[in-house]
Amino acid sequence: MHILVLLKMVPDVVEDLEIASDGKGLDLDYLRMILSESDDHALEQALLLKERHGGKVTVLALDAPEVDDALFTAAAKGADRVVKVVGMDAGFTTRQAAGFFSQVIADQAGLLPADLILTGVQAIDDLDGLVAPLVADEFRMPYLGIITGIMVDASGKTARAIKEFPSGVRGEFEVKLPAVLGVQAAEKPPRYVPVAKVRAAMKSGKIESAEVPTLVDGGWLAVNIMEMKRNEPASQAEMLEGPTEQVCNTLCGILAGRGLV
Amino acid sequence: MTGSICVLAEQWRGRISEVTYEALALGREVADRGGVQLTAILTGCNCREMTRMLGAADSVVYVDHALLAEMVPQTCADALVQVFAGARPRVLLVPLTNISLGIGTLVGIRMGVPVINFCKDVTISGDRLEAHCVMYGGKIEATVEAGAPSGPQPAVLGLWPGARTADKGRAERDVPVTDMPVVLDDARAIRLCRYIEPEAGDVDLTKEEALVAVGRGVQDRGNLPLVEELAKALGGAVCGSRPVIDQGWLPLSRQIGKSGLTVKPKLYVALGISGAPEHVEGMKDAGLIVAVNSDAHAPIFSVAHYGIVGDVLETLPALTAAIEARKAAAPHA
Repeated sequence: MHILVLLKMVPDVVEDLEIASDGKGLDLDYLRMILSESDDHALEQALLLKERHGGKVTVLALDAPEVDDALFTAAAKGADRVVKVVGMDAGFTTRQAAGFFSQVIADQAGLLPADLILTGVQAIDDLDGLVAPLVADEFRMPYLGIITGIMVDASGKTARAIKEFPSGVRGEFEVKLPAVLGVQAAEKPPRYVPVAKVRAAMKSGKIESAEVPTLVDGGWLAVNIMEMKRNEPASQAEMLEGPTEQVCNTLCGILAGRGLV
Repeated sequence: MTGSICVLAEQWRGRISEVTYEALALGREVADRGGVQLTAILTGCNCREMTRMLGAADSVVYVDHALLAEMVPQTCADALVQVFAGARPRVLLVPLTNISLGIGTLVGIRMGVPVINFCKDVTISGDRLEAHCVMYGGKIEATVEAGAPSGPQPAVLGLWPGARTADKGRAERDVPVTDMPVVLDDARAIRLCRYIEPEAGDVDLTKEEALVAVGRGVQDRGNLPLVEELAKALGGAVCGSRPVIDQGWLPLSRQIGKSGLTVKPKLYVALGISGAPEHVEGMKDAGLIVAVNSDAHAPIFSVAHYGIVGDVLETLPALTAAIEARKAAAPHA
């Protein structure tokens, strides 16, 4: 079984996000980039499938700050081959990202055939589409998203994919392989890998580079961000300020006043 | 349908989703402002009677096919492209939920039109279409324009839950229904085998009067005992947002939000939860919401009644101690 995993880096929203001076994007100087959370789960799901069925996991990631760390970490976790997609201008859209992935998958030796292509279901910056359905459409493969578990049958020709629905309900779907699945969460949390193992991967492993081809200009499909600003809430909580103990006592008084303590 | 505002109606297990009504509410506003028709599109199998629930629209297009019983993205997109073959809409609103996620992207690519996700509002002025979007987990608002070289062109807008109140788009009445035949290929069809109902948790969170919810800001599974102590002091239970559940720190039965439970406790304490729309959807109607977050700009403060900007791990024990002290000092009945 050969599984391709598609990764992209996104801004860490735990950090404060600053708007660039032109007001149309984030200030890159202040951004910390991390692996998109659901992509991390897609990688974990691929590694779980490899452990279960054998085979090979190939990881493709789009060039971005900190991407080498993400790829070496993927190698340390058990990915067999890691490929960095390079040569694109910064600020590419999700449609372009899917185009880069698709062209590299088609052009680079050894990436096809793949039984499964896994990627995160949705990234926090997927403004103009989602990677998984776009890649699926390009290769005319079946697509399903919001996946939280995958079981491949003995023949390797079909998979049972668990899709999440509202209210904790899940659906088990039969999917013919090869297929593209958008992973919401792996069956297990992404594994921890010791720093020493990542360093070992850095020393012994190699990140391959794949140059992106020029995409056909789909300018008329483009979406343009005209303005970006912090989401200032229309209504705001009453903020309790002061030293921690004082704030907690004030809140406790409020709760007591409402009969909640 | 040319130039009309269209809404993809979500049906799942015999019901129209709440987000569909929100989409109809927004679609109604946009259609009325532009003096155009609002059309709801319902795909399904033997569910024509549900068209009555879409009375906020001027008309309904009903697409019936055995392969449309579930809203599988590629099959549903194939059907929608056929629906729009003769008359392209100005806007197609598609809910961004775990029922129909992916359909909008596929319709956009197959029709060769722009897609804009995370929308909470849209304005159309002449040829210009501006969508107002919430990105980066709710932290950033963006005004986004769909590229239009000449003349108005269709756009697919992925609608974020909560754009409007569902009640504004809820209307039950007979509306003109057009039955639209489609031809669908089941060669690569994805088939539902079964639904798996959620396992009952050890606690029924929907009946708890106080809930202490944790998010990524709690940093480590080892800090959960501090959270449990606060919940115990409040006489409530611990629950969590999606990242905490995905990390395996709490079971799925404790998840609040779009994919988990919707709760309405008297008190909801959100600790280290940013307030992404997916989470807010499940707790926004709590009686009193208190949020603690280190980021003063966290969207959770827009739904909270009281907020504390600070370190969750510092606040937690202090709040528990304050509550315990007050309880100890209170005269016993």
